[in-house]
Amino acid sequence: MDYSINELEKEAIEIRKRTLEVIYNAGGGHTGGSMSLVDILTALYFSVMNIDPENMNDNKRDRFILSKGHSVEGYYAVLERRGFIDRALLDTYGKFNSDLTGHPTRKIKGIEVNSGALGHGLSVGVGMALASKRQNLGFNTYVLMGDGEHGEGSIMEAAASAGHYKLDNLVAIIDRNNLQISGRTEDVLAIEDLQKKYEANGWAVVNVDGHDMGALIDVFNSCPVEANKPTFIIANTIKGKGASFMENKAVWHHKVPTAEELELAIKELNERKEALYVK
Amino acid sequence: MSSSVIPCRKAFTNTILEEAKADKSIFVVTSDARGSVTLDQYANELPEQFVEVGIAEQNAVGVGAGLALAGNNVFVSGPACFYSARALEQVKVDVAYTNTNVKIIGVSGGVSYGALGATHHSLHDLAVMRTFPGMEVYLPADRFQTTKLIQYLVKSAIPAYVRMGRNAVPDVYSENDDFEFGKAKVLSEGKDIALIATGETVYHAVKAAEKLAEEGIEATVVDLVSVKPFDAETVLNAIKNTKCVLTVEEHSIYGGVGAMVAELTSQEYPVKMKILGIPDENVINAKPIEILEYYGLTTENIVSEAKKLLAGL
Repeated sequence: MDYSINELEKEAIEIRKRTLEVIYNAGGGHTGGSMSLVDILTALYFSVMNIDPENMNDNKRDRFILSKGHSVEGYYAVLERRGFIDRALLDTYGKFNSDLTGHPTRKIKGIEVNSGALGHGLSVGVGMALASKRQNLGFNTYVLMGDGEHGEGSIMEAAASAGHYKLDNLVAIIDRNNLQISGRTEDVLAIEDLQKKYEANGWAVVNVDGHDMGALIDVFNSCPVEANKPTFIIANTIKGKGASFMENKAVWHHKVPTAEELELAIKELNERKEALYVK
Repeated sequence: MSSSVIPCRKAFTNTILEEAKADKSIFVVTSDARGSVTLDQYANELPEQFVEVGIAEQNAVGVGAGLALAGNNVFVSGPACFYSARALEQVKVDVAYTNTNVKIIGVSGGVSYGALGATHHSLHDLAVMRTFPGMEVYLPADRFQTTKLIQYLVKSAIPAYVRMGRNAVPDVYSENDDFEFGKAKVLSEGKDIALIATGETVYHAVKAAEKLAEEGIEATVVDLVSVKPFDAETVLNAIKNTKCVLTVEEHSIYGGVGAMVAELTSQEYPVKMKILGIPDENVINAKPIEILEYYGLTTENIVSEAKKLLAGL
């Protein structure tokens, strides 16, 4: 089904509510990063990508890799809302012997790659994109990475190979929320200038507000933004986006909301959704 | 040894070239190691099924996993030392844990690089690779077994690590020998001692058994080509029918084939045993053959250690 921007925005709010509920029920999770990537994943899974619960055996489906695997609760919530997994399964998250690992696992429908060790996803994405090109499969590959994750040098190995092979069917997105577990990325270990780093490796680089659904859809639909180049999207986001008391606070990297905090966050998200009906 | 004998790595590249001509889903990925692996002909003949990533082993394994996840049959190949250490997390996560159809072909393994030093030796690889759930580990003994092993792996979708040496080694088998990979291969049976070897040390175990026979000592020789799956049943039977066991490997005495056999016997059938391998030190600077001789991975020393074991019973 085709979703309007307004419908996607409402969907993203439902996903954020479910994300917080899942983390609260499990008593653990990566709250901040799960909230910051919701709009990106909503755009990809509900609009941009050729992927749905019915075509997971089609080798021509688009591929998505959550390289920042710790933000799995937001991912699971997206997969539930998109019909890949059911609510009863997600309710087992954090419970004894659940099928749901605390990082993505391809045992779960909709997930392509096991991740969780940082700096792996882009290499795997390069392999997928190469296969798609060499074998005329025609699919696109999307890899979502974190900004703290960019401390891992293996990402630059992957970036160099993507540029070398001119993988214009590969899109890498950085969830640029500026925070990692110990504080601001530029204080922990500076990763800038990201744009120059990727351009030097043969990528086309675009910046986008990672919470502006219309802008995200436009950017994704314009990929590749330059012929014969992979696209690197710097999605400027807010860690903890959606609950104002969580936003831009490193402590919410993996802090679990209390019952009161959950209630407060849900109330705020409901108000945001109401505002979308007026819009 | 005849000059026509090719190294195992060449048997690998000859075989994979033939297989890949017939199967377009076969990919070979390497990291500036086409010379070391002997992949030049493959790269020239099948450029669309060849991926060069430069000196970046971590990326090579990740790219291999991605190719496999798009439905392909992938062989990532380069020096064993780098794939079993630098790229180890990619092997653990992207290959073993994600369960991708990737085989890591580690060439010039063990002490093949001689005086190049510890950076280039892989004497730890069995110890680490065998602990990853879902990962198979193989060490072929010669060119014929390598060929059959690669043909087998082309048909298997299970992740695997294969280690082979750099130099040509004497034949243990012939072109007509068949193997049941996943099982140990019993090469001879005797009542006195079990010699359990893997990879290129199998030749010396066979030769040692011949020399021991001249002195009236009967040895069972087991080729543990499949380090994992570990054929505990065959190994245990071999041991139960003899009086003691000697393991032989071009690997650290810690965590390799000797340790695996000891894990088995200590729990199932305690027996006198000796682990022959490389001690816990950075090996001397010498040619590979000299290193093996220095540490006693020779026919003569296997004979000597076997007699010591039997004398001590």
